[in-house]
Amino acid sequence: MPLSQLKDSVPVTGMGPQVGAYGVQDTLRSGFSSVKNELLPSHVLELSEKNFQLNQDKMNFSTLRNIQGLHAPLKLQMEYRAARQIQRLPFLQSSHLALDTLKGNDESISFEDILNDPAQSEMMGEPHIMVEYKLGMM
Amino acid sequence: MATLSVCQTQLGGFSFENCKRNAVLETEVTKVGCRMPAARKTGTTIVGVVFKDGLVLGADTRATEGMIVADKNCSKIHYISPNIYCCGAGTAADTEMTTQIISSNLELHSLSTGRLPRVATANRMLKQMLFRYQGHIGAALVLGGMDCNGPHLYSIYPHGSTDKLPYVTMGSGSLAAMAVFEDRYKQDMEEEDAKRLVRDAIAAGIFNDLGSGSNIDLCVITKGRVDYLRPHDMANKKGVRTGSYKYKRGTTGVLTKTVTKLDLEVVEETIQTMDTS
Repeated sequence: MPLSQLKDSVPVTGMGPQVGAYGVQDTLRSGFSSVKNELLPSHVLELSEKNFQLNQDKMNFSTLRNIQGLHAPLKLQMEYRAARQIQRLPFLQSSHLALDTLKGNDESISFEDILNDPAQSEMMGEPHIMVEYKLGMM
Repeated sequence: MATLSVCQTQLGGFSFENCKRNAVLETEVTKVGCRMPAARKTGTTIVGVVFKDGLVLGADTRATEGMIVADKNCSKIHYISPNIYCCGAGTAADTEMTTQIISSNLELHSLSTGRLPRVATANRMLKQMLFRYQGHIGAALVLGGMDCNGPHLYSIYPHGSTDKLPYVTMGSGSLAAMAVFEDRYKQDMEEEDAKRLVRDAIAAGIFNDLGSGSNIDLCVITKGRVDYLRPHDMANKKGVRTGSYKYKRGTTGVLTKTVTKLDLEVVEETIQTMDTS
């Protein structure tokens, strides 16, 4: 049975062409471009970490649906969607306060809070392009 | 004009950007014949034992980096909460950060519930985190504490499996220490007997395993009292020199002697105590 037809599975996409600045292959970070490089992740945990939150949410919502009925995950997802809309423009840092409180991230600390703080990231997107991308104009 | 690209917002947490580069570098380095730098491990002996009214945790104090001793007196018994302590073996940074993260989470959790945290909570948090990272976080832990249900002792392996037992040993010296335990452990010991047993088990690990050494640290946890004995026993003292190798005055003949006085004035005097713990 093909993987994408299994219920509640998160689709796995390839790593894609590894573009850095100027749209050219970023050889220093991702090595030479080859088919293997584009399909396989660079570390065993990369895929699992990228989709971790998604997988947890799917698991929790399906358990909640089985225990309490369809209304429970529907209401929760509606609240998540509302909280996700409270954000600054795409190139600025938003605090995600409402979303964090809903998900319970305000009462726990994990590696997402300690390592690789997005506020300290060295790359900045070009503001006009990012707003156009978000509005779907690109 | 360079093409502009849309920057995906970076999430916090682990970044796997440099893994491919590191793999390429490693193959290049081994071709030349050198070695990649090794992580600092705590090839260790850590033990825990439950006695009549509480439990005793013990650890040695040597941290190694390959074949070199990196730290002669490192502290392997980490604080998790006022009634729960955790010994860590494996990669030193991993055990340090894991225990700190779990300690913070447990503090937040106990503020939220308003109660003293339980050892089973810490155990569950640790095993869920270690399983999520599939053993790549190299932390083997002995978790022990006293809560409303009595003393509890758990051993936690890097892949996320745990065991709840009355006496546990972990680390490279675990077999030597377990031999001592299997010989002399009895149920419902007194505190002094338990401390002596743990001291002997760690000493067995220190003297029979290259990865363990230096002093023995003990942590006795009973209801309402925690004794952190560091060091409890200095099993490997550096030797005292038996002879003096300085030459006596007059061995070399003095030809001339000139005395020049330097005029210095004391501007500021500060005392800074050295951390000799």
